[in-house]
Amino acid sequence: MAELNINERQAGDVTVLDMSGKITIGEGSVALRTGVRRLLEEGKKRILLNLGGVSYIDSSGIGELVSSYTAINKEGGQLKLLNLTQKLQDLLTITKLLTVFDTYDNEGAALNSFK
Amino acid sequence: MTAETTELSLPSRIDTVATAAAAVAEFVSRSGITEDAAFGIDMAVREAVTNAVVHGNRQDENKTVEVTLKSSPDAVEISVHDQGAGFNPEAVPDPTAEENILKASGRGIFFMRSFMDEVDWLIRPEGGTTVRMLKRR
Repeated sequence: MAELNINERQAGDVTVLDMSGKITIGEGSVALRTGVRRLLEEGKKRILLNLGGVSYIDSSGIGELVSSYTAINKEGGQLKLLNLTQKLQDLLTITKLLTVFDTYDNEGAALNSFK
Repeated sequence: MTAETTELSLPSRIDTVATAAAAVAEFVSRSGITEDAAFGIDMAVREAVTNAVVHGNRQDENKTVEVTLKSSPDAVEISVHDQGAGFNPEAVPDPTAEENILKASGRGIFFMRSFMDEVDWLIRPEGGTTVRMLKRR
């Protein structure tokens, strides 16, 4: 079983990536980077990462979230985060990244925010 | 609660991070520490071992990472030793400073300091760095 599983679905013009597993150095971080870069190559620039199934993230995984955010912004797109676990929310708080990312705990509200 | 020590010698590969974390989790569960503290120890150990493998030993499989776990009635202490050239921990930029927030790396040591009660480094003149991390009960 892969360290990080990513399921892609389309909700209007927003691409939702449902993620489950671990985003850690090595396989998990690479899977996130590859998934986001592929969407950008396909011209999909409105991306919602559903992190509800992510059980663990390390500094490499957080770095990959930041890289994805800056790569998408550079292309004129938007990256938003959905369903942060309490632990991930805590990590984003202490790193001050909660002030950078647009985060939601309701998918409908997250999707509407892209409009 | 009696004192206990465990020592591990691990190869300089990325999968060593998970191996070390699993061993530490097992050690910590025997030491009767709280779930919150165990989470912090897990985070800190993964970051310390990542640094040892990636920055210290530069994934050279001829070099090993040594992990020492000590449990006492007062604290759990974890040391991670690599065979790298060493670095100045005080020179590592603050990842929460405005100019660094959007950097993709540089948060590992910050997490180690955030989750442990004491973190210090011993840079050996003959080569090799040991980071010692303490979590009080």
